[in-house]
Amino acid sequence: MTLTRGPVRSRQDRTLSAVASHTVLIALSIVFMMPFVWMVSSSLKPNAEIFLMPPRLFPEEWRFANYIESVQAINFFGYLLNTLKYSVVTTIAAVASNAMIAYGFSRVRWPGRDAVFFFVIATMMLPGAVTMIPLFVFFSQLGWVPSLKPLVIPAFFGNAYFIFLLRQFLITLPQELDDAARIDGCSEWGIFTRIVLPLAKPALMSVFLFELLWTWNNFMGPLIYLRDPKTFTLSVGLQMYFTQHGAEWGYLMAAGTLFTLPMIVVFFIGQRQFIEGITLTGIKG
Amino acid sequence: MASDSQAQRLSRPQRLTARLHIRVTSPKTRNLLWGLFFISPWIIGFLAFMVYPILGSLYYSFTNFNVLRFEADWVGLANYREIFTQDRLFRLTLSNTFRYAAMFISIATIMDILAAFLLSLRVKGLSVYRTMLFLPVMTPAVAAAMTWVWILNPKHGLVNGALAMLGIQGPPWLASPRTALFSLVLVAVWASGRAVLIYLAGIQDIPSHLYEAAEIDGANPWHRMRHITLPLLTPVMLFNVVTMLIFSLQEFSGPFIMTGGGPNNSTLLYGVYLYRRAFMDLEMGVASAMAWVLFVVVLLLTLLIFRLSQRWVFYDR
Repeated sequence: MTLTRGPVRSRQDRTLSAVASHTVLIALSIVFMMPFVWMVSSSLKPNAEIFLMPPRLFPEEWRFANYIESVQAINFFGYLLNTLKYSVVTTIAAVASNAMIAYGFSRVRWPGRDAVFFFVIATMMLPGAVTMIPLFVFFSQLGWVPSLKPLVIPAFFGNAYFIFLLRQFLITLPQELDDAARIDGCSEWGIFTRIVLPLAKPALMSVFLFELLWTWNNFMGPLIYLRDPKTFTLSVGLQMYFTQHGAEWGYLMAAGTLFTLPMIVVFFIGQRQFIEGITLTGIKG
Repeated sequence: MASDSQAQRLSRPQRLTARLHIRVTSPKTRNLLWGLFFISPWIIGFLAFMVYPILGSLYYSFTNFNVLRFEADWVGLANYREIFTQDRLFRLTLSNTFRYAAMFISIATIMDILAAFLLSLRVKGLSVYRTMLFLPVMTPAVAAAMTWVWILNPKHGLVNGALAMLGIQGPPWLASPRTALFSLVLVAVWASGRAVLIYLAGIQDIPSHLYEAAEIDGANPWHRMRHITLPLLTPVMLFNVVTMLIFSLQEFSGPFIMTGGGPNNSTLLYGVYLYRRAFMDLEMGVASAMAWVLFVVVLLLTLLIFRLSQRWVFYDR
C-alpha cells in the first residue's frame, strides 16, 4: 500500500497541476490577447457600431473600407517608406558594426580587453536622457535635423546591448577553430569573415531581429528628430494623427493593425532567434 | 630585451625595419592592434555619442542654453536651485515616477515569475502560450497605447462595457487622477513579456536532479517552488529588477501618448516632463540639470539594489 501510494498521488498531483496551470495560462492569454482582438474588431466596424454598448466582438456590418480610407487619411504609405528606409539601413549597420566589435571583445586576446568590456556594460546603465540634449544640439549644428541621419548614423558605431549579446555567443565557440586557421596562415580579418561570422549566424539573426523591432517601434527618437511630416515614420505619423483625430477609432485601429502586423509576422518567422537572443543576455549576465 | 640589443648592432635603416618588424610581429602587440581595430567603431561611437554628450549635458546644466541661437551663458547652480526649490512639478514628477516604478516592478515581478513558472511545468502548447505572452512586446508602442486608450475609455471602452454587462460600474481608468497612474502600470505589465522569457530560461537552467531529490523527500509543488525554484532564480531576479528599474525611471512613450502627463499632472513622469522642458519649453539648461539628477538617482538606486542583493541573491549553485 505504502509503496503504491506515492506514485499514484503524484500522478493525481500532476493532472491537477496541469489543469490548474492550463486554467491560469488560458486566463492570462485571454487578457494578453484582448487588445489585439479588440484592435482588429474595432478596425472593421462602421462608426455607428464602434460606440455601441454593450460591446460586441464581431461587427454586424464588416467595414473593410476603414482600411482603404485610413491609409489615405493618415498618409500611411509615405510614413511606411520612411520607416523602411530607417529600419533597413539601421539594421544592416547594426549587424555589421556589432559583429566586428564583439569579435574584438571575444576572439582576440589583448591586454585590457576585459576592463574595456566592463566599461561597455557599464554604459548600458546610462539614462538616454543624459546624452539626448547635447546630441540633439550636435546633430542640429551638423544640419541633420530634421532628417533620418541622427537616427541612422549612430547604428554604425555599435550598441552595448548587442555587443554583449554577440560576445556571449562568440565566447562559446571553440578556440581551436581560430588556432587551426591561424596555423594555416589565415589573417585575423580572414578568421573573422570566413570562420567566425558563418558560425555566428543565429546570434547575428537575433541582433538583426531586435534592431528591426526597435527601429520599427521606436517613438522617442523619431519624435525628437523628425520634425517635418515629410520625414515622419509610422510611429510619429500615427501618433500625430491620433492627437488630432482622437475619436476616429475605426481608422486608428485599422492603421494600428497594419502597423503591428509586420512585426507579428517577423516574430513568427524568427521566434527561435528572438527567444535565444533574450535568454543569452538575461541568464549569463 | 635580447632583440633590442641585437637591433643596436645593425645599421640605421636595418635597425628601423627590425624595430618595426619586432613591433608588428610581437604577438602581444599584434593582438592589441587587431583588438583595437575590431572595436574601433565602438571607440568612435563611445567618444562621439557618449563621452562628448555626457560632458556636454553636464556643461549645459550650468548654463541657460538656447537652442535657437546656440548660445549658452554660465548661470552656475541656478538650474539645480530652480528644480529643487521652485519647481513644484519637479517634485511631483519625482514622486509619480518612484510610485510608478515601485508599482510596476513589484506587480511585473510577481506576474512574470508566475507566468514563467506555469510555462515551465511542461504543459502542452507551451510555444502557443509563450507567443501570446510575447506578442505585446512586438507591438509598436504607439499602436499599443492607442488601443489601450480605446479599451480603457470610461464610457465606450471594452473593459468598462464588459464590467457593465456584469452590473459593475468600472473605474475611470486613464481619465481620473486617482486611477490613471495605476492604469499605466497595468499597460506596462502587459508589455513585460521579455522578462517572462528570461525567468523561464532561468527556471529551465535549474538542474532537474534537485527537483527529483525533493520529490523523493515528499516535497509538494509549492515546496519545490518555495525552496528550489525561487532561491535559484534570485540572480535572474536581480538582473530583471535592475533592468526594469532603469527602464521604468525613464518611461516616456506610454504616458506621453496615452495621457500626455494628465489628468491634472497625475501621470507626469520624469521622462515626459524632461522632454517637455527640453523640446517644448526649449529650456535645455534646466532639462540637462534634470537629466543629471536622473543619472545620479539611477546610479544610487542601482548601487543600493546591488548592495542589498547580497542578502537575498543566492549565488552558490
